[in-house]
Amino acid sequence: MKEWLLAILCTLALASAWAREAAPLAADEAVEKRLVAISEELRCLVCQNESLAASRADLAVDLRRQIREQIREGRSDREIMDYMVARYGDFVRYRPPLKGTTLLLWFGPALLLVAGMTTLVLYLRRRGSRVHDATLSAEEQARADALLSQGATDTEKQS
Amino acid sequence: MNRFLWPLIGFIVLVVFLGIGLNLNPREVPSPFIGKPAPAFTLPQLADPHQTFSPKDMQGRVWLLNVWASWCVSCREEHPVLMELAKTKAVPIVGLDYKDPRDDALRWLQQFGDPYVLSIADAEGRVGIDYGVYGVPETFVIDKAGVIRHKHIGPVTREALQEKILPLVRELQK
Repeated sequence: MKEWLLAILCTLALASAWAREAAPLAADEAVEKRLVAISEELRCLVCQNESLAASRADLAVDLRRQIREQIREGRSDREIMDYMVARYGDFVRYRPPLKGTTLLLWFGPALLLVAGMTTLVLYLRRRGSRVHDATLSAEEQARADALLSQGATDTEKQS
Repeated sequence: MNRFLWPLIGFIVLVVFLGIGLNLNPREVPSPFIGKPAPAFTLPQLADPHQTFSPKDMQGRVWLLNVWASWCVSCREEHPVLMELAKTKAVPIVGLDYKDPRDDALRWLQQFGDPYVLSIADAEGRVGIDYGVYGVPETFVIDKAGVIRHKHIGPVTREALQEKILPLVRELQK
């Protein structure tokens, strides 16, 4: 047990020795905070399902550098976003703007939900009107009793 | 029969949508540059860093801007096609050597041949960003007035050349 613990501790110590030094956080923390906020809204075009903030792709690193420089130059978030959209199109934004071509994207799910609910309500209503209490006539009642008692005797026979 | 008709129709619609979705290439992001002037830049030429190149040097000519790099695998796939195109002299190709050490780039051209009228070195990839490059190789068709008319993402194939790029070039050259 002791040996095991020692081995694990050694491995851990090695792992931390191997770990690369953290990339130097730029001197200005406010700039980095804004950089993260902006790049989380942007898609990495190489990996597509990763944000620019999370991606390690070369292009993402370059784009973050570009954004960092622009923040230092004093540009607003809006200006930086426009800069990215001018180069990579609306696709680069995780929150696409509301316009003609994105109407379906924005309201499609709600439309589907409404359509689904309407269908469900209509269906349930129609079914409700079709199912009504049926009373058996005396003749039908007698037949049902006969069938039921027959079933009962059948199961008795079997057991 | 009627019970199954609507679910069946819904299923078919779903299959059609999924089929269309599967046949789209998610890597092909529509470029916002089509119909817009090619962004201006001045970069040193690869062969002779003392000389520079700007897109306005090509004013009055239809030309291709091909983004390549020696580290790019698909560029090798595309290279023979560009070599063939260069031989026909149908359209001048300018190479944008993207984020590439100069020695590697020169060796690559020596090894595989040089289809470019000239190449320019974008060592830091800044011009690449200005052109919205996200996957090398990419090829832009630029008209006489310096307006980007078409962008081809990924390696240029013979089919793409014959069906799209060359007809467009011929039309623009008129």
